[in-house]
Amino acid sequence: MFGIGKRDSTLLIIVAIMALFAPFILNPFPTGSAMAQFNAGYPDLMQRFVIFGIFAIGFNLLFGLTGYLSFGHAAFLGIGSYAVVWMYKLLDYNVIPGLFLAVIVSAIFALAIGFISLRRSGIYFSILTLAFAQMMFAISYSDLIGRFLGTTITNGETGLQVYTSDPQILIDDWESVPHLLGIVEMRSTYTLDAGAWSFDFNAGYYFCAVILLIMFYLAIRIFRSPFGMMLRAVKSNQQRMNYTGLNTRPYTLAAFVISGMYAGLAGGLLASMDPLAGAERMQWTASGEVVLMTILGGAGTLIGPVLGAGFIKYFENIFAKINDNVLHSWFAILPDGMEDFMVTIVHPFVGKGWNLTLGLLFMLVVIFLPGGLVEGGQRIGRVFRRRDRNAGSVEADAAKQRNPAAE
Amino acid sequence: MDAILLQILNGLDKGSAYALIALGLTLIFGTLGVVNFAHGALFMLGAFCAVTVQKLLSLSTITLDETQKDFLGRPLEIKTPYVESWFGPETGSLIIDWSVPLAILFAIPVMLFIGYVMERGLIKHFYKRPHADQILVTFGLAIVLQEIIKYFYGANPIPTPAPSAFVGSFDFAPLLGLDTSLAYPYWRLVYFGFSTLIIGAVFAFLQFTTFGMVVRAGMADRETVGLLGIDIDKRFSIMFGIAAAVAGLAGVMYAPINSPNYHMGMDFLVLSFVVVVVGGMGSLPGAVLAGFMLGILESLASLNEVKAVLPGIDQIIIYVVAIVILLTRPRGLMGRKGVMEE
Amino acid sequence: MSFLNLTRRGLIQTGAVAGAGLALPTYLRADAHAGYTNAPTGNTVTLGFNVPQTGPYAEEGLDELRAQELAVQHLNGEGDGGMMNTFSSKALKGNGILGKKVTFVTGDTQTKSDAARAAAKSMIEKDGAIMINGGSSSGVAVAVQGLCQEAGVIFMAGLTHSNDTTGKDKKANGFRHFFNAYMSAAALAPVLKSAYGADRRAYHLTADYTWGWTQQESIAAATEAVGWETVNNVLTPLASTDFSSYIAPVLNSGADVLVLNHYGGNMVNSLTNAVQFGLLDKEVNGKKFEIVVPLYSELMAAGAGANVQGVIGSMNWNWQLQDEGSKAFTKSFGEKYGRPPSNSAHTCYVQTLLYADAVERAGTFNPCGVGEALEGFEFDGMGNGPTLYRAEDHQCFKDVLVMKGKENPTNEYDTLEIVEQTPRAQVEYAPDHPMFAGGELGQCNPGA
Repeated sequence: MFGIGKRDSTLLIIVAIMALFAPFILNPFPTGSAMAQFNAGYPDLMQRFVIFGIFAIGFNLLFGLTGYLSFGHAAFLGIGSYAVVWMYKLLDYNVIPGLFLAVIVSAIFALAIGFISLRRSGIYFSILTLAFAQMMFAISYSDLIGRFLGTTITNGETGLQVYTSDPQILIDDWESVPHLLGIVEMRSTYTLDAGAWSFDFNAGYYFCAVILLIMFYLAIRIFRSPFGMMLRAVKSNQQRMNYTGLNTRPYTLAAFVISGMYAGLAGGLLASMDPLAGAERMQWTASGEVVLMTILGGAGTLIGPVLGAGFIKYFENIFAKINDNVLHSWFAILPDGMEDFMVTIVHPFVGKGWNLTLGLLFMLVVIFLPGGLVEGGQRIGRVFRRRDRNAGSVEADAAKQRNPAAE
Repeated sequence: MDAILLQILNGLDKGSAYALIALGLTLIFGTLGVVNFAHGALFMLGAFCAVTVQKLLSLSTITLDETQKDFLGRPLEIKTPYVESWFGPETGSLIIDWSVPLAILFAIPVMLFIGYVMERGLIKHFYKRPHADQILVTFGLAIVLQEIIKYFYGANPIPTPAPSAFVGSFDFAPLLGLDTSLAYPYWRLVYFGFSTLIIGAVFAFLQFTTFGMVVRAGMADRETVGLLGIDIDKRFSIMFGIAAAVAGLAGVMYAPINSPNYHMGMDFLVLSFVVVVVGGMGSLPGAVLAGFMLGILESLASLNEVKAVLPGIDQIIIYVVAIVILLTRPRGLMGRKGVMEE
Repeated sequence: MSFLNLTRRGLIQTGAVAGAGLALPTYLRADAHAGYTNAPTGNTVTLGFNVPQTGPYAEEGLDELRAQELAVQHLNGEGDGGMMNTFSSKALKGNGILGKKVTFVTGDTQTKSDAARAAAKSMIEKDGAIMINGGSSSGVAVAVQGLCQEAGVIFMAGLTHSNDTTGKDKKANGFRHFFNAYMSAAALAPVLKSAYGADRRAYHLTADYTWGWTQQESIAAATEAVGWETVNNVLTPLASTDFSSYIAPVLNSGADVLVLNHYGGNMVNSLTNAVQFGLLDKEVNGKKFEIVVPLYSELMAAGAGANVQGVIGSMNWNWQLQDEGSKAFTKSFGEKYGRPPSNSAHTCYVQTLLYADAVERAGTFNPCGVGEALEGFEFDGMGNGPTLYRAEDHQCFKDVLVMKGKENPTNEYDTLEIVEQTPRAQVEYAPDHPMFAGGELGQCNPGA
């Protein structure tokens, strides 16, 4: 189907179904119940899941296939956001022109940065990309270019946003928030109340989800194409490739640019959901985050990066909100002494301690699941269908791929 | 002229901090080949060794003073540190005053131990794993370490002053026959001296002891050394401990310069990687050289005359220099071929 | 162009029919009948407290959270009532807000605009928060204020000191109780003049972001008005941890005052570095060298330790104030948490009460009604003397405190002392003052 193999089609269909029913899947607990704290099915977080999923898929196209570890990918995320907000400021709130611009501009930057950085490999490549991204972060954070030209380009640390005094030459009276071609506003949400449950169907989320599916499909095509094979060959032994008379640079550069475009698109989508672009999106911590997402999920696998992105964003948004009040309500059924004891035990790991939980989980995952979350899924899967053990699935392929990488 | 001299002096001091942190990192990263994202956290733990010693020495007995009131109108709590009641107020307050230098004695065994345990308990199992996995596990560890510190010490910076004997600054101008001021704080001069001492000691240790010789041989060719019947693994664990101690000492002595806080390690993490890589993978002298070079260039870039021409150059100078060096010298300043280049 | 308009409108209508409600701009979980976002339906109402819980300002966020929890207790009639007893408006009865019990949810801003907006959205979309309160940086305040304007909820800013929050970036749904850079400067300049003389040469180090710029602009203007000269203004990168290379040249510049336009960790480090360089022991131009920190906070003073001694700065409020409101709040807070409240805690506490009071007086949770009740509201008994929430820019006008690092602190909280309580009249300015120009309040947005 769609020119991809049966296993890949199955994977794509599973992802599509998950994306379609995410509002249900992510809201398993009745609103108002003590467990509702763990519900993640509200528009903003669902949007983040898919957008960072796109970001991580793109990152994985570079890192998973070629082994080149870019530590500056957040630069493209930031550029994408700035491009979209600038289109809001100049044209109107339609997201489409901005998204095109985001992809184009990030491709140009990726071409330039990739062209220079790919002259080196290994850690030297990583530090070059890091240096470029940190430079761009510093420039945006203090709006150095804007200051140099005597105008505003990034609006510094406050972040670029739309003011009523902006030109907005195509603006109509009814436009006040980002929308898709005037058909639907990104923030439109239909809430379905079903008994004690409530489910949010958000236009912006479904827009992002459709794009995620397209991007996921493209990623599968790239993985399975001769181009993808070539990239894997680069990963397993670049020297040998060079000896055979092949210049690998154009291939790696292409992968870098494609990956940068994915990041630019993701950044553009962030600004499409929420019309603000801040320099923090370019900081090394943001670059590091996508690296962590990819490794956590399973580098070189198709679905892994998406899982990793979801995992990190879930903890950041859900665990940070669990305060002592919530804890007390959970353990309210216990006798007083026990209740306080349980709250004291759990307290360091939630709320302001959400980072601690995330750090511990990073360590546990990498220690016990060397292939990332995908391997965890496979292990569970293996328990259920022992017969399939020898069948080489997509993810098992990728998992095999990564093992010889150790040196 | 005096402005440039002052910034070079300042750059030497900044550079000595960078060099010291990078030296510890390159022992682990450039030579053992482990991407250690927890190195900044080790630096931070060192600084908190100083905080801990200060807190331990200031442990006090509490007596209530009925004549004075606290903010709620209750009797004021008067704290008398135990050391003051044991050794008399004067000796006692002198001991507290010197808590940062005393912390060095505390930090060496503690950091050696932490480094050794970290290697035996965790890193050892990751030598053969992909670098990606090393990044994830050490980054996780760094977060856990800093969250533990935050849990016990809070997020606010904790003032950890240098002994009062080192308060104030030394004026170099008369020495050089200049008529302007060329003042530089005593404690920063101490830091500079201390760093060069530690850097010298590490080099001497690796160069002139049998242990160091074996470790150097092991870095170059681990398998052959192993075949010779030498237990290289054990020595590497000790090296890891030494690297942690170097990072920790850098942190202890840094505590009076800037009040330590739980995330100071992350602030230095990226920078220390840049220094190591610019210096060249696998080269100890390279890391030291790069540390001093970046420190001096960063200081010079913050000269007002430079900033007037290129606004904001001080924010990006380190990265610009890193890019230029890595493009002109493929393996940094003094990198060895084949280390982390795959 | 008109053709395009037509198609778009057409599309909207078609979409509305075809999408069966999907295309209707029903923002979030708004109850369409109530006509505003997150209208409370049950017998409780949810407030959203968005403060930094991780990152460099975590301690400040924690203190804000303590104060907000205390405010919720007092609103629900628990505890001793704190400032509700001294507040000039008597609309609050200790039975919640409009008879609904107050509950709250918390979020972590991480002092990053993105994370702060995500946390605020989560509280609005998922938990049905009716207002957002708190924060510890101007960048975050501006970002969250913009979000609340779009979402149709009230934003009660926490600690935000940039002129822009109620200047260039002001919004109809946003309200600021905290003072701003202009007010700091207006309060400080006369005190600085009387303490250090009119003939002074100031060297500014300024954090290179929006708040730093507005603060520097304000202080320079105010001190120049009393006769000072600004020798130099050096922008320092926010990411700096070591300020030595910026402080080293100060002594040779001919300046005799150093103004540190830094906040938080930046300020702790730059002040510590400056004292290390022995600046305070020097004499320049025949005068003792001085350092000024325009914006103080208790936590920064604690972080800088002995280095703050003798250094002058300003604050929004301090627990040492002896008016009835301050005493009641300090007592209430101190008894619950065993420590005196910080000035950001005070602001967040007062903002929560002010919001609740405005709802009571308006008789509705509708942000437009609440906004109207707050605009031009005059009140007293909240610790800063008679205070006005100005209608034109939603900025509070009240007395400003000039503080000085205490020479001989008797305990860990006793780091600063009050030098002067500058009366409100001295720090007021016209709504169209050039430092605040460029923005528009716009229309209040009830969402839905």
